[in-house]
Amino acid sequence: MSKQTKFPMGIDSKKISGELFALTYGALVAELLRDLENPLAVNRQLDKMGYNIGLRLADDLLAKNSQIQRCTDMHQVADVLAKIAVRSYLGVTAQVSNWNSRNDEFSLVLDANPLAEFVEVPPELAQDLRYSQILCGAIRGALEMMHMEVQTFIVQEHSQSVEIRVKFIRILQESVPPGDD
Amino acid sequence: MLIQHVFIINRAGSLIYDWDSKVDCTGVEKTFSYPLDIVLDIIDQKVTVVFGERDGIGLRYTVSAINGIPVQACKVIFDGVEKMVLDVIQEEANYPLSIRFQSPTITTNEKIILSSTFHSLYTIAAQLSPALKSSGIEVLTTNHFKLYCYQSTTGVKFVVVGSLSLSSGVDGLLRRIYELYADFALKNPFYSIDMPIRCQRFDDAVRSLIERQDKFSMLTI
Repeated sequence: MSKQTKFPMGIDSKKISGELFALTYGALVAELLRDLENPLAVNRQLDKMGYNIGLRLADDLLAKNSQIQRCTDMHQVADVLAKIAVRSYLGVTAQVSNWNSRNDEFSLVLDANPLAEFVEVPPELAQDLRYSQILCGAIRGALEMMHMEVQTFIVQEHSQSVEIRVKFIRILQESVPPGDD
Repeated sequence: MLIQHVFIINRAGSLIYDWDSKVDCTGVEKTFSYPLDIVLDIIDQKVTVVFGERDGIGLRYTVSAINGIPVQACKVIFDGVEKMVLDVIQEEANYPLSIRFQSPTITTNEKIILSSTFHSLYTIAAQLSPALKSSGIEVLTTNHFKLYCYQSTTGVKFVVVGSLSLSSGVDGLLRRIYELYADFALKNPFYSIDMPIRCQRFDDAVRSLIERQDKFSMLTI
C-alpha cells in the first residue's frame, strides 16, 4: 500500500485500517443481504467483487515483491498465496494442507479470519451464506492475471479460521506473455 | 534530460501511457534565394527534408511556415491563394522565400503504431532465442539512445528511452514505475484495466520519479 495518508506519531496505519476494513466489509455483506434477500445471490455478488479486486491486486503484489517469479506448478502458487499474499493483505498467516493425489488441488487455511472477527452469522443463514466469499473471488482474479484458471470455494469458515479450497483448471495460453512459456 | 520517453504497453500490445521529456521544438527559420538547394518531398502528408542537410536543418525536418504563414496539410496561403508548398518553392518569381523548418516530432498516433510494433518485435525476439525461457528484449542500444524494457509477470511492458549515458539504476526505475502503475492506476476504481491511463496523480508521480532519477544520474556520472 502506498503511504499517502499521514497518521499521527505512534499510530500504525495498517492496524487502524484492519478494523475499518472488517467493519466496512460487514456493512457491505449486510447491505447485500437486505438488497438481494437470498444468501446464494449474496455469495455470487461477493465472489464477483472479489474477482475484480483480485485482477487489480495481482499487479500490486508482484510490483512490491520482486522475488515472486512466474509460478510453474501449484506448490509454488500455494507458497506465494500462503506466505506472501495472505500475510501482506490480511495480516494473518496461512497453512497449506490436504493436497490431492494429482497435486493440483489444495486447501488454504487462514489461521484467523480478519473479515469475520466480530461476526456471528445467524443460524438461519449459516447454511447458505459464505461470509468470506470475497476471498475466493480475489484469489481467482489474481491467479487469472497470472494466467491460471482456478476454481475456489470455501470449505468451512468461522471467526477463528477459514479454509479455502483452490483447484487448478488450466493455463490461459492466450494471455501468457512471450518469453514465459 | 537523460530520460526522453516512458511508455507503458498493455498485454494486447497497445500503448496505454506515454510520457515525454520537454523536447524543445524550436524550429529554424532561413531566407533562401533561387534555386533552393534542399530537396523536399511529401512524407506522411508533411513537406519533409529528404536530402541536403545544411545550417542546422537536418533530414526529416518539416516545413512549418513560409514567409511567416503556417503550412497546413502541405498547402499554404500564398499571395491570397491556397497553393501547394512544393509548387511555391519551384517558382523562381516567388524568391526570396523565408522558410521555417521544424525538427522532427513524433505524434501520438505514431507512438501507438510504434508501440504495437515493439510488442511484436519483443515476441519475435523471445521466440528466436536459442535458450529456453528468453526474457525477450531488455535493452536495445543504438548510436544515439538506449531503450530499456521490463515486462511484468502479468504481461504489461514498461519501456524507458534515454540517452546513452543512462545505465545505472534503470532496472530500479522500471520497477518503481510498475509500482506506481499498481498504485495509482490499478487501485483507482475509475480506471478500467488495459485502457489508456489518464490519472493526474499517476502523471505527477511519474514526473517526480523521473526528475529524482535524473538528478541521481547527474550526480553519479
